[in-house]
Amino acid sequence: MTSIAGLPRVEHLPYDIARIRRDFPILKREVASGAQLVYLDNAATSQRPVQVLAEITRFYRDHNANIHRGVHTLSVEATELYEQARAKVARFIGASDPREIIFTRNTTEAINLVAHSWARKFLKAGDEVVVSEIEHHSNIVPWQMLRDERGIVLKYIPMLPDGTLDLDAVQSIITERTRLVAITAMSNALGTIVPLDVIVARAKAVGALVLVDGAQSVPHMPVDVQALDVDFLAFSGHKMLAPFGIGVLWGRMALLESMDPFMGGGDMILTVSMEQSTWADVPAKFEAGTPNVGDAVALGAAVDYLSALGMDEVRRHEREITDYALRRLADVPGVSIFGVPDAEHRGGVVSFELEGVHPHDIGQVLDTKGVAIRTGHHCAQPVMLALNVPATARASFYIYNTTAEVDALASGLEEVGRFFGVRK
Amino acid sequence: MAESGLLEDLYREIILDHYRQPRNRNATIEPTCSADGANPLCGDQVRVDVALVDGVIEAISFSGQGCSISQASASMMTEYVKGRTVAEALQGVDAFQQMMLTGEAPDLEGFDDIASLVGVAKFAARVKCASLGWKTLAQALAEGGGTVTTDDGSR
Repeated sequence: MTSIAGLPRVEHLPYDIARIRRDFPILKREVASGAQLVYLDNAATSQRPVQVLAEITRFYRDHNANIHRGVHTLSVEATELYEQARAKVARFIGASDPREIIFTRNTTEAINLVAHSWARKFLKAGDEVVVSEIEHHSNIVPWQMLRDERGIVLKYIPMLPDGTLDLDAVQSIITERTRLVAITAMSNALGTIVPLDVIVARAKAVGALVLVDGAQSVPHMPVDVQALDVDFLAFSGHKMLAPFGIGVLWGRMALLESMDPFMGGGDMILTVSMEQSTWADVPAKFEAGTPNVGDAVALGAAVDYLSALGMDEVRRHEREITDYALRRLADVPGVSIFGVPDAEHRGGVVSFELEGVHPHDIGQVLDTKGVAIRTGHHCAQPVMLALNVPATARASFYIYNTTAEVDALASGLEEVGRFFGVRK
Repeated sequence: MAESGLLEDLYREIILDHYRQPRNRNATIEPTCSADGANPLCGDQVRVDVALVDGVIEAISFSGQGCSISQASASMMTEYVKGRTVAEALQGVDAFQQMMLTGEAPDLEGFDDIASLVGVAKFAARVKCASLGWKTLAQALAEGGGTVTTDDGSR
């Protein structure tokens, strides 16, 4: 197992937007209409830099073999690269021990792992799991399934009209019967940054564990699991420059050791007889079967890329773009923006509506201008219900977006308004 | 938006007209059969109420919310099937589905406005929007009514 101390240092690079954009060749392409791409759908998935693409190629070209089983050179190299990626991810989120990093397919699988291996073992009927109204479906559905199967009680911290959580309600909703608080660090639909400290303090006071859905926070701002003082953190590689199909669950070692395996199969066992098996140690216990080695290695390259920029700088850049977008879009006739009004308490996500035009139609017209946004319910239907809209249009930013791209969005929206000319 | 022919293929003037001034929307009728349709992933919703007399659609109403394509298509559908027999209406549903598949407008009496939706076939993501009202009509006409979805579950 590679140690964090043994990792090569990452050299810091100044935040040079022109250089960053050169690392993403896809940003130069055109869409069907011939317009140049303006990619503003980063909350759905980010683009990948050439450094990550090169790492994927390098792994399969030079080091490809199955891991943890061979004594031959390639298998040893592949194992080292895989374990080095684990250490890189641990360093990135401030974990003290690389073994606390479990590779999964994505955030959804990481949350389901906790529901399966921790909650099914330790929770009984009447125990409470608390989530919030602004969760992505992936942090609601696993707990509903557990409720139906085990009779646990599922409670929600409500959303206020401005897209923030009702923090006054936290005290009464998280009770002595609460065993787990599963909460997003940032809403994918509205960009709300959740004040985790308030929620963690209350959870600790009643002895509940805290699982953070970091799918939208880990790619965009500094995240340190020690400072957060939480118990589990789930996130996805594909929203932070890495390939699809690789995600992470971080958990405290003592908790991970107490949990049952997730799936049964190869790599997660110590011994197997015809009658029974014994489990391997953490993290292998949770990584049954041949893992996604190549993409884990590429995730290591992705966190190196982000570390070189510095997550403080990433957050600063996105806050500037978001602040500009909030002001620029507010000037577009007919546009109403959902959620917190200032970029200080909002990640790089701006959800909005254009009076009289359905989000689908907005998205379609913007596409002809090359502007890619998300339209729909963003897998957060409780949020749509609370806002009383069937869907919203959403622009979301990342390290390579520019104010000029926000201008392209704004002028595109002005044109959408003129095109439909609809009175409600 | 003169520079964008692609867009005008999708949003013909007649479509925007039906979107702005939908026909038979929230009409007061006494339905004999109804159905609800939805694209849950997009948020498109359509309800179709039909008053059948001796196998003929005497009156029809639709309601709901959604994008211009879904609502305009439902509006055109109601205009087309009003006064037709159930068999003729279902023939229209088939013709519409064929048009979405092939990208070619059928040679069918009364289909002129509807043929303006032929451009939708080029936009795979929008075909389910255009089809929603028609599928919901077919469901209403089938025994028992009920609920349909044109989402394929992808996101």
